[in-house]
Amino acid sequence: MSHKTNILKKVGSFLFDNKVMIAFAIICVGAIILSGSPMTFVVDGVFTRITRNTFTVLALIIPVLAGLGLNFGIVIGAVAAQIAVFCVVYWGFEGFNGILLTVLIATPLAVLFGYLVGKLFNRMKGAEMIAGLILGYFADGLYQLLFLVIIGGVIPVNNPTLIISHGVGVKNTIDLTGNLKYAIDSVRMLDILTVFFYAVVAITVVKGILHLAKKYKLTKGDFGLLGVTSLLFGVSYIPVIENFLSTDRLVLLDAYTIMLIVLAVIQIVNIIKSRIDKQPAAALTKPVLLLVLYAALYALSFHPAVEEVLLFVKLPVLPFLLIGGLCWFNQKILSTRLGQNMRTVGQSISVANASGIDSDQTRVLAMIISTVLASWGQIIFLQNIGTFSTYGAHTQIAQFAIASLLVGGASVQKATNKQAIIGVILFHTLFIVAPQAGKELFNNAQIGEYFRVFVSYGVIALSLAMHAWKKFRKEPKAELDDGGIAGKSLEPVNNDG
Amino acid sequence: MKTLKTFYENIGLPRLIIGLFFVLLVVASLFLGFSPAALFSDVVRRWLMYGTLVLAMVPGIQSGIGLNFGISLGISSGLLGAVLAMEVAFVRDWNGLYGAGSPWMTLLLAIILGVIFAAIVGTLYGMLLNRVKGSEMTVSTYVGFSIIAFMNIVWLSLAFKNGELSWPLQGQGLRNTASLSGSFGGLLSNPDVVQRTQPEWLHWLAFRVGDFTVPMGLIIVFGLMCFFVWLFFRSKTGIAMSGAGENQLFTTSSGINVDRKRIQGTAISTVIGAVGIILYAQTYGFLQLYNAPLMMGFASVASILIGGATVRRARISHVLIGTFLFQGILVTALPVVNEVVEIGTLPEVLRIIISNGIILYALSKTKGENQ
Repeated sequence: MSHKTNILKKVGSFLFDNKVMIAFAIICVGAIILSGSPMTFVVDGVFTRITRNTFTVLALIIPVLAGLGLNFGIVIGAVAAQIAVFCVVYWGFEGFNGILLTVLIATPLAVLFGYLVGKLFNRMKGAEMIAGLILGYFADGLYQLLFLVIIGGVIPVNNPTLIISHGVGVKNTIDLTGNLKYAIDSVRMLDILTVFFYAVVAITVVKGILHLAKKYKLTKGDFGLLGVTSLLFGVSYIPVIENFLSTDRLVLLDAYTIMLIVLAVIQIVNIIKSRIDKQPAAALTKPVLLLVLYAALYALSFHPAVEEVLLFVKLPVLPFLLIGGLCWFNQKILSTRLGQNMRTVGQSISVANASGIDSDQTRVLAMIISTVLASWGQIIFLQNIGTFSTYGAHTQIAQFAIASLLVGGASVQKATNKQAIIGVILFHTLFIVAPQAGKELFNNAQIGEYFRVFVSYGVIALSLAMHAWKKFRKEPKAELDDGGIAGKSLEPVNNDG
Repeated sequence: MKTLKTFYENIGLPRLIIGLFFVLLVVASLFLGFSPAALFSDVVRRWLMYGTLVLAMVPGIQSGIGLNFGISLGISSGLLGAVLAMEVAFVRDWNGLYGAGSPWMTLLLAIILGVIFAAIVGTLYGMLLNRVKGSEMTVSTYVGFSIIAFMNIVWLSLAFKNGELSWPLQGQGLRNTASLSGSFGGLLSNPDVVQRTQPEWLHWLAFRVGDFTVPMGLIIVFGLMCFFVWLFFRSKTGIAMSGAGENQLFTTSSGINVDRKRIQGTAISTVIGAVGIILYAQTYGFLQLYNAPLMMGFASVASILIGGATVRRARISHVLIGTFLFQGILVTALPVVNEVVEIGTLPEVLRIIISNGIILYALSKTKGENQ
């Protein structure tokens, strides 16, 4: 009996913790049904938008961790990327080399900008979000000054395809077709694998030398990694597999199959491990159940409707690997010293300072990382979309990224990779189907468009208000704890009627 | 030397820069041969046009909620009042029935409706802000954005009969900009309109002295608004409200209900915002719906900060000086820039940099003691 209530309680708390996400998922499903759009269209659109936007949304996680709240200042990272893209297009570089050069220019710019923003935020502790928002607009003004007046007006730039006809200012849109469009998306899997293989070999060789010099101890894992990559690299010479890997897009069905196989292999390894360790049979229940689930999921792909969707959607490989890599980075940084410091600073600056952490420096570092990641995210976005809207590409980025993160169930103080990815899926599903749903429901597609804008503002307003309310209710207690450190003891809460 | 230093400290660096910049622009425009009278009647017109919206910041700041980015709530209320009044005037054919009195009645009805909506919305909004103490500005910014997006849906679904408001041949949805020329547009500020529609004895409402236009009606209305706000902050309620904004502990101990004062301050701010947007539309001659008011809150906040207000203190003089400098720069920059560098968008860029720069400066001055 108690077991049953326990489960009920668990379900209840799961529903409560994920209320924003669940409410949004219901809206999305409703909008999809209303819109009557074919699933191929919706899923394809969502995956395109995942490719474009997830990296930027993931760039928001570290500042949340460090207590800086939702980083409205990522606009500045995007601006750094756009300056770099303009330079690269102007100098006439193309393809993946062009992208490497863009990253090479954008990164130091973003480091500088992030450093300055971090310094500024240290002067406005507790008001970072409103400051970041205003800073975004301010940076937009300076950016316009640079692109409209200084380029051509002060710096002589002579290029009729990029510059407005009277010679001052950059045109409204820059076409990236033929230079940077799909430069990241179209990298072949074979090339990725080759580069990865040589990188692993090089790292292992370095480690081996260090091992001989007795500065590092080679572990089983090092050999395992080398073995697996060598095996994969060797297998890639088999003609069939070579053909498969020479493409740059992965059909969703293949990606789905590969993912299920990898997951199944992990579970089988778990089972074998537990058999060797002679663990009780009960430990087997979960892996076996999961295996059955994977089999069922695979069987589902034979359903004609599902199969149609899975065959229709094609994924660019490298952006997804980069997104995966950033998820891994966000996870790994938690276990480093820097990550731990960020967490402490995020919980309480006074505690962090008392335990000898330079909280100001940690916050600046968090801002630098976030700004750099945002600039890379913007590069991925621009090369995928293929047209660089000079004065519009960066203006909505913070708005949409933050709304996505919040829709996934994150808050001002807590955000995870999972929330970011779920948020991107839900938010962009609504974005894709809302106009059509509006048309079916009100006979007016524009109502749907305004509705999605309303939702993106509304979800941020709601989340900020809920956070502030929670903080405000907690504050009187916290003041007693730290003896009113921040000089806030003069502002008690008035609660008489 | 010492007086010079205190003088400098009183003015502050940003105001000094902006003031000098304005003087520079005026001198430049005179050298370039622009008519000072025409230029200054434009400055005065814009000054009065934005004045009331900036005035709405004062009760917000004084009651302790900080810079009221949520003034969009008042703006939306005012716009709703205006479109409803215009629709009523059209359906009842006030123009045919009352002639010259019709624009006055429309204007009055618009203000009454706007004030009623704003009072309700503002009170609710004040209650919300009492629950988010310490984060008012962040929350109010996004509440402001949300309400504009919500009103977009409302504008799009209203089915009005008045052809000046609704799109022709659609039966649903209002125009992006609705002309007020058949209604109360320019009634208080445009000499041509006044002469065309009003009887002789009202021609003093707006007249010309040479090239210089005197919008007498608007000056009187704006002056009265300022006077009432000034008077209010000298009344018992007003002093208590300023106290609530200044020092909560002291005020609570002297028996003032701080939360109630904050709600009142927010509501008054919202109401003035509603009147402000109607006066703005009256002067401009057009009603701007949809996303046009999205950033008006930022312009109002920037204006009062340029005038010398802080996130904790604001006076009527800050409203007058700030709006004059901000609008003055924007008005004079356009012809000067066009003459010198031929980049038409530069004044817009300047507006963005100045307005957001001054808000950032004011926030950095608080050193995180208050959001």
